[in-house]
Amino acid sequence: MRETHSPKIQEHMMISISRLILLVAISTSTAVIAREASKNKLVITGSSTIAPLALELGKRYEKQHPGVRVDIQTGGSTRGITDARQGFSDIGMVSRSLYPEEKDLVSYTIASDGIAMIVHKTNPITSLSREQIISIYSGKIRVWQELGGKAGAITVVNKAEGRSTLELFLHYLKLKNTDIKAQIIIGDNEQGIKTIMGNPQAIGYVSIGTAEYHESQGTPIKLIPLNGLIASVDNVKKGAYPLSRSLNFVTKGQAENLAKDFIAFARSEANADLIKEQYFVPIQVKE
Amino acid sequence: MSRFKSRSDFILVGLLRVCAVISALLVSSIIFFLWSETRPVLQTVPLQSFFKNGFWSPSEGQYSLAPMIAASLLTTLIAIGIAGPIGVFAAIFSHLFARGLIRNIYRICIGVLAGIPSVVFGFWGLIQLVPLVNRWHPPGASLLTGSLVLAIMIVPTVALLTEASFASVPRSTLHGAYALGMSRLGLFRSAIFPYCRSGVVTAVLLAAGRAIGETMAMVMVCGNIVQFPDSLFDPVRTLPANIALEMAYATGLHRSALFWSGLLLILIVTGLIVVSQIIPRKLSHENHTIEAKPPL
Repeated sequence: MRETHSPKIQEHMMISISRLILLVAISTSTAVIAREASKNKLVITGSSTIAPLALELGKRYEKQHPGVRVDIQTGGSTRGITDARQGFSDIGMVSRSLYPEEKDLVSYTIASDGIAMIVHKTNPITSLSREQIISIYSGKIRVWQELGGKAGAITVVNKAEGRSTLELFLHYLKLKNTDIKAQIIIGDNEQGIKTIMGNPQAIGYVSIGTAEYHESQGTPIKLIPLNGLIASVDNVKKGAYPLSRSLNFVTKGQAENLAKDFIAFARSEANADLIKEQYFVPIQVKE
Repeated sequence: MSRFKSRSDFILVGLLRVCAVISALLVSSIIFFLWSETRPVLQTVPLQSFFKNGFWSPSEGQYSLAPMIAASLLTTLIAIGIAGPIGVFAAIFSHLFARGLIRNIYRICIGVLAGIPSVVFGFWGLIQLVPLVNRWHPPGASLLTGSLVLAIMIVPTVALLTEASFASVPRSTLHGAYALGMSRLGLFRSAIFPYCRSGVVTAVLLAAGRAIGETMAMVMVCGNIVQFPDSLFDPVRTLPANIALEMAYATGLHRSALFWSGLLLILIVTGLIVVSQIIPRKLSHENHTIEAKPPL
């Protein structure tokens, strides 16, 4: 059998093959350029609480420093620690103080944040004590009438294992996660807000910044005072609110070059407005 | 002498082979990766403790996946129970009864439903369905809510695949049925359905494969409590939801156990696909003996 392909088909093949080669060549050279540019790229990973703030800081930083790219990825404080330690990121975002075994990293506090207990707006409860919260979360109190609320079962909303909000919450209540009898487990703060606003019997906890923001936007949720202390950004700023934490950037060893500059940028008074916009509390750095 | 008629055939077959090898390599490398990430936990934790009734608390060395496997299977089964009939009836309607504009609009609707990203279903479920179920029986996020959202998500899969199999009925069979003066329902009962039974089964099994792997929507509407549900209103956590909730924060054996649950999911889906390949063959043997019956 003779080969019977037409020259036209052959020509088509040649064209597509040469296009393919061109494509490969272009993508390879882009990769090379990207590597060159990595000196001007800052990778920041970690806590989803800090990420929106870091994103805003990054945008402003990019505007003031043309050619620099700030890349933000979330995945929780644990990822912030791991990535910074293993060199996958330049800066890790960690929404708690470092544990003793994490002191190989250097941490720079950029702001602080508190955790607010939230319920649905229609819930008549006006205040909760630490002991009451322990009873609710360990399943000893299961109905709202025991707390002076409307009759009905309490829907306890807890965070999934590994979230820094959960760690801070458990640390404050001196409970283990296995002690908690929850009806709903959520991932991030937004899911928490959505869950509470759709369930008049639910109680949960999210970052004060997020909760205050949603309350001001008219979302039907209510921040519950803790031990008589109002859950507000102001009280966190004064250090009066017990359920609070520091938001940190961490680096492997002292921050250098671009990372150092960006951290100073984040802590400068000129950029405190971005921190306030996210409903966090700026730290006054004495330097 | 070459096996191929022309050189362009030869090149084409070569390219196709390369593509086939690449996709096979991708699947096997993913499975190999999962396996290598899974090994640490399998070497430390005895296999049966994953399937025994117990707690999922990796920080305390407890790795029972049984409640989550049960939750995944239950949500999928209930969803199939709801979406199977709806999807098949939707396909019958679209194939036999809808005509002209209605049919086109209907098909666009099903297509759009199939194309909605799962996170949108999850969001809708969280905002609308969970509060609704909560008013009926708290806490709202539950096995029932998860199954309902899942059912809505797989209706288009069942409908589209079923209708595709209806469309594969040979014209000669249809002409024969028409010549016998059958009603549309009779046509469906005695000509189309016997021919397409295997297609319907395949459609349902593939939809089940999609349902069991659904992640984001389930995280939002199931409540994510690791437990065997006592009723439809109890919250549950499915296997993929567990991976999504914990993977970002997991280290060591915990992480490895999450990869193991991923591998388990792939095994379950593989099982479904194998069954969906075998059943049609069994059913199609019977097809030869089925003849169109005239309506009474």
